[in-house]
Amino acid sequence: MGLDRRSFWLWWIFLLVVLLVAVSLFSLGVGAVHIPIKKVLQALTTGRGTSEYAILFAVRLPRILLGLAVGGGLAIAGVILQGMFRNPLVEPYTLGISGGAALGVTLSMVVGGSTGLGLFSLPVSGFLGAGGIMAVVYMLSARGGMIKLSLLLLIGVMISFITSSLIMLLMALTKVQDLHGIIFWIMGSLQEPNITLIKVILFISLGGLVAGVFFGVDLNALSLGEEEAFHLGVEVERLKKILFLLASFITGCCVSVTGIIGFVGLVIPHLMRLVVGGDHRILMITSYLAGAMFLILCDTLARVVLAPVELPVGVITGLVGGGLFIYVLNRRGASL
Amino acid sequence: MLEIKGLVCGYGKKTVLRDVGFGVKRGEFVGVIGPNGSGKTTLLRAINGFLPSTKGGVSIEGKGIYQMARRELAQKVAVVTQSPEGVPPLSVEEFILLGRIPHWGRLQLLETKQDVETAGRVMDLTGIGGLKGRRIKELSGGERQIVFIARALAQEPHLLLLDEPTAHLDIGHQVLIMDLLRELNREQALTIVVVLHDLTLAGLYCDRLILLHEGRLHKIGLPIDVLTAEVIEEVYRTAVTVMETPVGGRPVILPVSQKGV
Repeated sequence: MGLDRRSFWLWWIFLLVVLLVAVSLFSLGVGAVHIPIKKVLQALTTGRGTSEYAILFAVRLPRILLGLAVGGGLAIAGVILQGMFRNPLVEPYTLGISGGAALGVTLSMVVGGSTGLGLFSLPVSGFLGAGGIMAVVYMLSARGGMIKLSLLLLIGVMISFITSSLIMLLMALTKVQDLHGIIFWIMGSLQEPNITLIKVILFISLGGLVAGVFFGVDLNALSLGEEEAFHLGVEVERLKKILFLLASFITGCCVSVTGIIGFVGLVIPHLMRLVVGGDHRILMITSYLAGAMFLILCDTLARVVLAPVELPVGVITGLVGGGLFIYVLNRRGASL
Repeated sequence: MLEIKGLVCGYGKKTVLRDVGFGVKRGEFVGVIGPNGSGKTTLLRAINGFLPSTKGGVSIEGKGIYQMARRELAQKVAVVTQSPEGVPPLSVEEFILLGRIPHWGRLQLLETKQDVETAGRVMDLTGIGGLKGRRIKELSGGERQIVFIARALAQEPHLLLLDEPTAHLDIGHQVLIMDLLRELNREQALTIVVVLHDLTLAGLYCDRLILLHEGRLHKIGLPIDVLTAEVIEEVYRTAVTVMETPVGGRPVILPVSQKGV
């Protein structure tokens, strides 16, 4: 790695941070009330009390922060899991975590769940669902203290099928007005009125990034295979458990607040791997920034394309992410 | 250097190694031979603790391998496995730098200058300085094998274990690799234990040979004593003719067709 590689890393981080800031400012400006960039900057610095200030701080900024936290969080969960399984098709939802969260939310909506939990009700039931499924998947795939990754993957996929079947069962049994809420939750949205919740998610997601970067070294060793990593002095069994819990926890937190926003965790790590290579330390940082930027951009599109109707952001991430990825793949040739 | 006593180990309920014991001195170049399924790979895995032993023990430099932390062991022993499971999208230099991980601190995030120097040194030593920026995927089988050995050397081990490093390579690369190992052994005083299938190659390069048969130590000694027609016919169940190399008088094993072709 000499200096050239380190400056290559710094250059990419710098570029992505600049782009992220630009996208955020753009996103702050557009919406039902258009605010030019100049005014955005003015309002952000000195505009306390104006109507622009209120819109920016009460409506748009929280959404951007949530987009940053969830987009970045899902992207690094994807990097961790793809690295751990050494399988490019794995994403944060492959292990059934999203299914668990969706099941929890559906259940709480069907049973009429606002049982005194107030605004936290859906996130809490989503989180409980995700956590429950995580525990089930973990227990089913840990044999004698060892996790077999191929087994973990298969069980995760099977559990996903089971939870989606259960969700459909619940939907078939539920009232029409509840159905709409369930479907919209599943499609994902960055609309979240509770600022405390957004702060918590942001904190978790940034903490996940720091942890992820430090585990980048171990993930690099693991990218050679479990036996090779073992020979490099890595405590492979412990590492697998920690990585599984870390990725699941980040994903569970994100999903339970925003619903299922697909494709960020699958596509962003891929794109970044094409750009910065396979070193997980830089891959983690760039994926976080790119994931955040991607989700903020998609959410802005979701708000403005058919305004005043707001599209589910999960639809946009799928369309844009899938299209972008196929385009890049075709341009680069099949050099994965 | 390496001391193995009454080693019994295997996979799950299947016992592969039965009561294997031997010692390797510092600076020795030892070959492990034996038919398919005789436990050669299992022996290497047991030496480095990847496979826990059910009985007996392995100690390195007088210390039991389970009394050492994984990192400490990885600073002493490096392993070049047989056909590693796919390669990551890394450049040759990045790949070799992974060998420095055992020497890193717990929370170390970046390579030090010293790590980069060590990587450069082992690349020069193995003659792959010119491949530095290439991706592993673009390399030929022979080049890859040298890169794998270089990564193991970047660990700066005292003991190097290799599992069939010449498999699937042409004769030129086989000699290249074995010469490289011999040189490392002589000039860097590196102790080497290598699993080999090619008996002639094993006899040509190794100081001593360990012949495994059905999980037991069948014979151990100088190549000339282990590689006799009787021993090979008994263990491999095939007729061979053993000759001598014109230079050095090392054994050469020629296969003999069973069908009289």
